[in-house]
Amino acid sequence: MSEERTEKQVLNADEMRRAIVRIAHEIAERNEGVADVLLIGIRRRGVPLAQRIAQALLDAEGVQVPVGQIDITLYRDDLSLRHPYPMVGPTHLPGDITGRTIVLVDDVLYTGRTVRAALDELADFGRPARIQLAVLIDRGHRELPIRADFIGKNLPTARDEMVEVHVSEIDGGEDGVFIVKGAS
Amino acid sequence: MTGHGTATMLERPQRRHVLDLDDFSREEIEQVFRAAEMMKEVLTRAIKQVPVLRGKTVVNLFWEASTRTRVSFELAAKSLSANVVSMTAAGSSVSKGESLLDTVRTLQALGADFIVIRHSESGAPYLVAQHFRGSVLNAGDGRHAHPSQALLDLFTIRERLGTIEGRKVVIIGDILHSRVARSNLWGLQTMGAHVVLCAPPTLLGAEAWWKQTWPGIEISYDLDEAVKGADVLMALRLQRERMQAGLLPSLREYSRHFALTAERVARARPEALVMHPGPMNEGIEIMPDVVTSPQSAIEEQVTNGVAIRMALLYLLAGGSQISL
Repeated sequence: MSEERTEKQVLNADEMRRAIVRIAHEIAERNEGVADVLLIGIRRRGVPLAQRIAQALLDAEGVQVPVGQIDITLYRDDLSLRHPYPMVGPTHLPGDITGRTIVLVDDVLYTGRTVRAALDELADFGRPARIQLAVLIDRGHRELPIRADFIGKNLPTARDEMVEVHVSEIDGGEDGVFIVKGAS
Repeated sequence: MTGHGTATMLERPQRRHVLDLDDFSREEIEQVFRAAEMMKEVLTRAIKQVPVLRGKTVVNLFWEASTRTRVSFELAAKSLSANVVSMTAAGSSVSKGESLLDTVRTLQALGADFIVIRHSESGAPYLVAQHFRGSVLNAGDGRHAHPSQALLDLFTIRERLGTIEGRKVVIIGDILHSRVARSNLWGLQTMGAHVVLCAPPTLLGAEAWWKQTWPGIEISYDLDEAVKGADVLMALRLQRERMQAGLLPSLREYSRHFALTAERVARARPEALVMHPGPMNEGIEIMPDVVTSPQSAIEEQVTNGVAIRMALLYLLAGGSQISL
């Protein structure tokens, strides 16, 4: 059972940066500008990614898009399976979300359950005109009918693999995306 | 859920009950604070409710009168989407002679996941905890303990003053009968505060007993001295319903020596906090102008109570042994 840990890099810092810039351009294109857009990062690593997308939009469009963050812990569907509970983090939304275009941002899209929880939580804050989903990595294995609108990279994985996204704001060091297998 | 451990798991032994603060470490108290900060944010939302305890049942057993603690626990449970039933002794089968344990067994059979209990007998929540498969929260037992009140007091001090460690906290008045004082002593000692108990000797009892249980504390019989340099002035309610004849010469005499007046507050540190667990006897242990002064944190104590109780329910649900 003591399988050795192996780590394979799938994106380096430059590739991550380009993927984020491309997502930002796609968001502006899809929404014909970003006047109504709010970026909301899902804690934790979705938050710095949302801030970087906002920076890329500022560079490309000259518009400062508001960035918020959402912590979905209190909306999880697996809390009863997790002992003890995970620590709750803060949720801050930049103003009223009703009528706006929300772009939810997360690092990895996997089962879709995190996104389900985020959608439920947002519905308790207001009624956005539309909600779109941007992820750096889509690793497949969905358990709910959820898909991303903007994807940095599609990454076919096995269920026993893990995808680790390193962002310097949280993890320190260099940005990068890794597939990790074996002992965690 | 993103394929790697994004959530920070609490590293602690799984707690099942909250009976007093004597078994809370500093780390665990700080975890309660962190959860309570998040719950405070939930309470500022347009929809002050999250689904985390959906389908769970919280029973409030209040065998003794209460306004703020009962309403606060009720709102906390409802804000977490639990089903809440609140009972008082009057109007329940207790008035037909049903024992506490029979009541608990009945509630268990009805599917209760949490029992919040207030009882006039010290130790009653411990008895309930031995016979109930879910979690028990002590909402005040006799003169023994009131842990959620002490946690909200600590949380309020930390929120207003930034730190608890090293602060001089003076607890004033009817300490003999006070479960709030006892739970606060555990919590304040654990968090590194310097506690002074200030009361007439008849409302304190043997000095040695207090110092044996809480070695770091100081005892004073002179409030004018005790307030000097204080960071927190915590007045207690004079519990006239528990008062035996002869403990006090008169209310007026008590008030002259031990009431929190503006003059006494002015002798404490300029940013000192005034606290009271409520309900207050205004004009006896605390003066009305002190209650409404900017230094008073009494209303915040009540507001923070809901967030603290939400945090406790949340953390207990995560650590509970039963399949919640």
